[in-house]
Amino acid sequence: MSTPVDILSWICLVAGGAFCAIGGLGLVRMPDFYTRMHAASVTDTLGAGLMLLGMMLQAGLSLITVKLIMVGLLIFFAGPTATHALAKAALARGLEPLLASEEETSKR
Amino acid sequence: MFAAGAVALLVALALALARAILGPTVFDRLQAANTVGTVAMLLLAVIGFLTGRPEFLDLALVYGLLNVVGTIAVLKFFRYGDLGEPGDDAERRA
Repeated sequence: MSTPVDILSWICLVAGGAFCAIGGLGLVRMPDFYTRMHAASVTDTLGAGLMLLGMMLQAGLSLITVKLIMVGLLIFFAGPTATHALAKAALARGLEPLLASEEETSKR
Repeated sequence: MFAAGAVALLVALALALARAILGPTVFDRLQAANTVGTVAMLLLAVIGFLTGRPEFLDLALVYGLLNVVGTIAVLKFFRYGDLGEPGDDAERRA
């Protein structure tokens, strides 16, 4: 494996791991359910995408890369579907999004 | 380098688990479970590279498919209280 590709996959893997950890942090720190969902989507998109890209660069052109693309497509299509269903179910159950208070909005 | 990625994924897994334990509503817990599923998929792929066994990617694919079905099934259960009951759309069409 040539060195530039190695360095590039290093960067992708570390950045992807960082984004995954940031998404997890947001999941704990955000104030209400809908903002937490927003934080979790960071893990689903940028974190997963970068990590898979880094692994693809390591694998080169092989069956492993094809499987990694399949994993990526699965996350790409199934993640938003599950998140959409979750948000719709929460709204239908009557979970109110956390909004700015009335006084703060009227000051503007 | 795969070890660094695996450690970062484990941190994300622990944080998602913390939200699943803390979560005030059931939807918080479901969102955490969904994130745990995504992170577990990535972790399986990384472990496959770490140990030089690419068969782990097949496990990751199967885990991802099961994760989606599981999330939707649990949501349906909490909405209708029953997995066998058809949803609103099916009733309207009938």
